[in-house]
Amino acid sequence: MGGSVIEYPVIWLQCATCTGCSVSVLNSVSPSIKNVLIDEVIPGKHINLRFQATIMAGAGDMVIEEMEETWQNKKGSYVLVVEGAIPTAGDGAYGSIGEKDGKVVSMLSRVESLGRDASATIALGTCAAFGGIAAATPNPSQCLSVGRIFKLYNIATPLINIPGCPPHPDWFVGTLASVLLQGLPEPRDLDEHKRPKAFFAQLIHENCPRRAYFDEGKFAKRFGEPGCLNELGCKGPVTYADCPLRRWNGGVSWCIGAASPCIGCTEPGFPDLLSPFYQKLTEVALPSIGQSPRGGV
Amino acid sequence: MGRIIIDPVTRIEGHLKIEAVVEDGEVKEARSSGTLFRGIELILRNRDPRDAQRITQRICGVCPTSHSMAAALALDSAFGIADKIPDNGRVMRNLILGAAHIADHILHFYHLTALDYVDVTQIARYEGSSSALNSIRKFIERGELGPFIPRYEGDYRLPDRANQEAIAHYVEALNMRRKAQEMLAIFGGKMPHNCAIVPGGVTEIPTVDKITSFLWRLNELRGFIDNTYIPDVLAIAKVYTDYLEIGGGCGNLLSYGSYDLDGREADLTKRERLFKQGAVSAELNLDEFNPSNIAEQVKHSWYADSSNGRRPTEGETIPQAEKAEAYSWIKSPRYGAKVYEVGPLARVMASYASGSPKVQELVDHVLSELKATPTSLFSVLGRHAARALETKFVADAMPGWLLELKPGEPAYIESTVPEEATGMGLVEAARGALGHWIEIKQGRIANYQCVVPTTWNASPRDDSEQPGPIEQAITGVKIRDETNPFEIVRIVRSFDPCLACAVHLVTSKGRKLGEVDIL
Repeated sequence: MGGSVIEYPVIWLQCATCTGCSVSVLNSVSPSIKNVLIDEVIPGKHINLRFQATIMAGAGDMVIEEMEETWQNKKGSYVLVVEGAIPTAGDGAYGSIGEKDGKVVSMLSRVESLGRDASATIALGTCAAFGGIAAATPNPSQCLSVGRIFKLYNIATPLINIPGCPPHPDWFVGTLASVLLQGLPEPRDLDEHKRPKAFFAQLIHENCPRRAYFDEGKFAKRFGEPGCLNELGCKGPVTYADCPLRRWNGGVSWCIGAASPCIGCTEPGFPDLLSPFYQKLTEVALPSIGQSPRGGV
Repeated sequence: MGRIIIDPVTRIEGHLKIEAVVEDGEVKEARSSGTLFRGIELILRNRDPRDAQRITQRICGVCPTSHSMAAALALDSAFGIADKIPDNGRVMRNLILGAAHIADHILHFYHLTALDYVDVTQIARYEGSSSALNSIRKFIERGELGPFIPRYEGDYRLPDRANQEAIAHYVEALNMRRKAQEMLAIFGGKMPHNCAIVPGGVTEIPTVDKITSFLWRLNELRGFIDNTYIPDVLAIAKVYTDYLEIGGGCGNLLSYGSYDLDGREADLTKRERLFKQGAVSAELNLDEFNPSNIAEQVKHSWYADSSNGRRPTEGETIPQAEKAEAYSWIKSPRYGAKVYEVGPLARVMASYASGSPKVQELVDHVLSELKATPTSLFSVLGRHAARALETKFVADAMPGWLLELKPGEPAYIESTVPEEATGMGLVEAARGALGHWIEIKQGRIANYQCVVPTTWNASPRDDSEQPGPIEQAITGVKIRDETNPFEIVRIVRSFDPCLACAVHLVTSKGRKLGEVDIL
């Protein structure tokens, strides 16, 4: 492909996160993370990762300059990936990306300014997409999702939510590849929560290998027993994701594969409306099967 | 007199800032701070106690497995079943934790550390036939070098051949750490954030196919540890010999011990563990560990003095932004009022000092390769060597554990959530000693305190003005080039800091961190 390779600059900001989303993306199998970052992940197209604090070589001023330079010089052509929710308490004082000229560069200020000038923004993980764990009651740092920040600051940049705690690497890499191949998703490609329908169109419950137990009314009463995990607190009936078909970590298993109930980590209400995790669905504050729990911030 | 500020320190977990005052080329004073607040301990309050092992994993996506273990141990004890976990459950927990350790240590050495010692741009001159290296050469020729440039310049010392091998291993290690996480998911369900470890054991029942699948991933990883990881650490140590002499730190080491070899002893301080428990002095004397010696001091942390000197069982987190002498959101845990380092070095030296033949053999082999003494392990490269050795130590123990599993038999015992109870969970995360303390009232979480490895290592000065381990490790170091302070980042990264864990609570004062002249 030689000189015809198109570079796609990416800035990846880590906000109020546990870094689990980054670690999960490192687990991408095919393409591997090396393929994604070094090779032409789509022939003729290369992801040019300009800022990612967990893996980039540099530190301090030079990486903040790299981020600012990409923002200023690549307006409208870089993709912004946000991992983690955005702390808004104290005008963004609760979380910083680093320092510039002795002044704190807050997460809030950069999600706002870099988000405004990005070609598209991917909110990676449930914290960035919906608030998630960081925004769980009592939400001590007043964390908000990227979508809420965009609404607050009137930012019209196209937004794709890829939830999951953490998100499956395929959901991220697949979404990135589809942007490279086909451009930004049409509204019809996303669900009401801006999740790509390619990965989030069906309930866990619809494709669950234990579904037959549910239909027969056979329920596990304790861990390790055969049966549907409904009475052990499974949130599969209200959770949209393709985990049962895709499975995790190179396909070796997944939550229900480990005989552990789904905790609904891709839903906007996670964790508050989906917990207690081990309490039966009808006993937690949730609507009936198939209805996505509202909420999130 | 100059001041070096590195913010952000990258290739660690979380958000860390380091400031160092440099005089005549030498660090006179160093301070470390973290700048992210989530307040997970507050989020845990009033929840169902059983949810703690799911939520505390989300403190850190790099070491969630250790948090699930610490939480499960604390809940086992609070639920009164600490001595009743079926052996299948105990062993599968060990296997899940061991897989996490292997993945973490490979990630830390190759992907978080190696770029301080290895020069990616040198691959531009590569002429061999390795497809991985040729693809990196093409990447360099395209001219967009993120995320490998920018970086500090001027101290990449490996000869071309060794450097090329190290880069090839960086790529191979990406696959190896992924496979280690796949191995974890065989019993853990998924990674990050496993779903199988619960109070009472593990949700999964072991089967022969899973045991076999785990074993052969493990064997591949053991080959990588023996033939690539340990030799690479030694190769770097033989070229960067000065890093066996700097970054020593406080000289006191603390290990809680890890990997339960005995399921019938409820008291975690008495339980037989693969990694030994204890406090190790610079002279390598091993003292018995007593959790009641742990107390958190807050004189230089932004917390109310009324919460000073508390044991974790009665720990409180009362932020106080306007506190004159404070400069960090991290508290200062101290053991018997002394400064202690936690991590792989502490674990290895506790086992070494306790006379574990396997660990002594591993350590002595490395020391003879490097023509070094045990005390030279108190250094940057000593930490990396200890990390590599314990990876082998754990990985070599795991095949035996796999054979202990009884396919088809239970791995879990039922329990009920008590109305009122307390529990303590002590375990070793990849980066050091991790403790969870829970208090249950009216069947809900009334208080939850985590004392995590980086709180120990990145702690600020304490009540008696003793700097924390990382601060001590940087102080006195000669900086060759203040615009490229390799020495500081190499020392800091040798501790494998995890800031998401360490900073539980900050207030709006955090905003001012870069604006106030705190030195």
